[in-house]
Amino acid sequence: MSQENAQSAPNAEPLSDADQQIDDAINKEYSAGFVSNIESDTLEAGLSEDVIRFISGKKNEPEWMLEWRLKAYHQWLEMEEPEWAHVNYPKIDFNEISYYSAPKSMADGPKSLDEVDPDLIATYNKLGIPLHEQQMLAGVAVDAVFDSVSVATTFRENLKEAGVIFCPISEAVHEYPELIKKYLASVVPVKDNYYAALNCAVFSDGSFVYIPKGVKCPMELSTYFRINEAKTGQFERTLIIAEEGSEVSYLEGCTAPMRDENQLHAAVVELVCLDGAKIKYSTVQNWYPGDEQGKGGIYNFVTKRGIAHTNSRISWTQVETGSAVTWKYPSCVLKGDNSVGEFYSVALTNNYQQADTGTKMIHIGKNTRSTIISKGISAGKSSNAYRGLVRFNAGADGARNFTQCDSLLIGSECAAHTFPYIESKNPKAIIEHEATTSKVSEDQLYLCQQRGIDAEKAVSMIVNGFCKDVFKELPMEFAVEAGKLLEVSLEGSVG
Amino acid sequence: MLTIENLQANVSDKNILKGLNLEIKPGEVHAIMGPNGAGKSTLGHVLAGRDGYEVTGGSVTLEGKDLLALACEERAREGVFLAFQYPVEIPGVSNMEFLKASVDAVRTHRELPAWDAVSFMKKAREACKAVNLDQQFLKRGVNEGFSGGEKKRNEIMQMMLLEPKIAILDETDSGLDIDALQVVANGVNALRSPERSFIVVTHYQRLLDYIVPDYVHVLADGKIVKSGDKNLALELEEKGYGWLEGESA
Repeated sequence: MSQENAQSAPNAEPLSDADQQIDDAINKEYSAGFVSNIESDTLEAGLSEDVIRFISGKKNEPEWMLEWRLKAYHQWLEMEEPEWAHVNYPKIDFNEISYYSAPKSMADGPKSLDEVDPDLIATYNKLGIPLHEQQMLAGVAVDAVFDSVSVATTFRENLKEAGVIFCPISEAVHEYPELIKKYLASVVPVKDNYYAALNCAVFSDGSFVYIPKGVKCPMELSTYFRINEAKTGQFERTLIIAEEGSEVSYLEGCTAPMRDENQLHAAVVELVCLDGAKIKYSTVQNWYPGDEQGKGGIYNFVTKRGIAHTNSRISWTQVETGSAVTWKYPSCVLKGDNSVGEFYSVALTNNYQQADTGTKMIHIGKNTRSTIISKGISAGKSSNAYRGLVRFNAGADGARNFTQCDSLLIGSECAAHTFPYIESKNPKAIIEHEATTSKVSEDQLYLCQQRGIDAEKAVSMIVNGFCKDVFKELPMEFAVEAGKLLEVSLEGSVG
Repeated sequence: MLTIENLQANVSDKNILKGLNLEIKPGEVHAIMGPNGAGKSTLGHVLAGRDGYEVTGGSVTLEGKDLLALACEERAREGVFLAFQYPVEIPGVSNMEFLKASVDAVRTHRELPAWDAVSFMKKAREACKAVNLDQQFLKRGVNEGFSGGEKKRNEIMQMMLLEPKIAILDETDSGLDIDALQVVANGVNALRSPERSFIVVTHYQRLLDYIVPDYVHVLADGKIVKSGDKNLALELEEKGYGWLEGESA
């Protein structure tokens, strides 16, 4: 079963003053748009076996890893770029992209924050996320990725005591090859999709997390990373393994500086949630969305998926405010009986941004449950699509899903689309689906303004109210950060 | 306090206000009555600075300040309050959050000390009590699922917290039963002070039994055609507006 509900605001003729005000607020410049002046070690554009050998060599990878990458590369060569998403962008020339970039000052590797390039620290400060402050935030460990190489890893020792491994995946390849061999591409197979295969071939770095049996990770694990090198494809690879009965909350957030050329980002995130384990994965994404003409901005093609074993729970929470084009469906494979999958999402698009995002909930085990709460906000001339698949396999007795997709339109030139797909091979499965579309009305703005609240603040308040159901799912430490990033985005989007 | 001179205004290119004059002194309550379509609500929106209400002539000053030069939110911060005839809902934004943002904006502008969370809550609870609204309404979305009477009381509650200089009540009595009317009137009367003035727009004399005006004006065809004291309202109740038609011509 598949249906489409497309709703576009009609093109109002002359913009009314209220619309004009909204437009003015929308047209503010991206406040995180700046380029830090750090020398980078960037590989020339183009993709070939040699490039993969170079990347692998740079990281001093073992032979088996290189072989794995090369195999993925050959599989990728035979695949076709997908075109089904509700987005339009010029065809990407994969030979115009550089596949490796590392800040030069990283060559020796900093031993502590003091050794980190002060420019890097300054960059974080500009974004309002100083590492020092972050470290002091109760229990937040920061593994910062700047372009492709981790530059500062904190709280590693504390984590080690608990037996938790939190390190760059490039390091894990050396230190924990057995875990990597066992779990890498076990959730997202190499050939899963075009971008996932590309990621396998050229992935730069990312995080590796391992929570041993029965351990509740003593702190939120957080990664901040941003894309900083023009025309550099950033290919993050994240692997989180939660052993039986363990718990972890992982936070991912990022912003990117203003750039003219489109930058490609194709990350892969895999979650392995073993019996009785819990993984909470939260994302705030604030990459450069392109200017008001739709020029520049990040192309974000991400594959995120988790496998939930018996009695386990996977929660994805995302606040997506950036990127020119977003193609992203964090998914749960509910393999074990009684496993639970959750997806809470806020996606805000503005100007010419396009987002096609949603989730997949695959119910395999008995009594599996999933919840989807999706809030799409469209402003400017943007297009925001929710695409969700809920599938019940034949054996999924007693499985149920609840889906709620709400869209909020700001201004009169944006669009919101909902594409819910439901496939059920089990007649006893229960699914509930609710969807609404609303518009920030002139009357609402007028009420706020008549009470002394300016239009920008009013829209921000209305949008925040709309997103409340999702924001309350964010971990405490992140809620402040998310509010701030949304605020920044709203400044750059609406108010 | 508020001086309106020869005010002319269009809505969707249609001339609605055609040279309206009104002088309101501090502490006065002026009732504006008149037939449907006379421009009563338009006057409220023009004073508040609603988008789409275009002033084509005349002037409005509040304590000597040119009100028409200010944006809607600036007028509100200066002390213009409009109690809406049909208060709109803002789902998801709690009444409390909305009120706090509003009070903060107004108090900051007037260089009044900010209310901390505790004193704000105290004042908000008091205001709720004064208009007989359960405190639970503070936690609910702005007007979300409120009954007609609750919406109107919520407006008066906001007015109490914002302490405006000039409050315009746009048919606040419409859709209210007699008990709710009394609650609203009590709220307004409690706010009457030598520094605060009111414009009470109404169709019916009934409201003026509870909010006793100093002056009553009849607005017809975009102008004030007759002014008097509270007895004028009684006369209108009895005779209707027909006998005034000659005067508006």
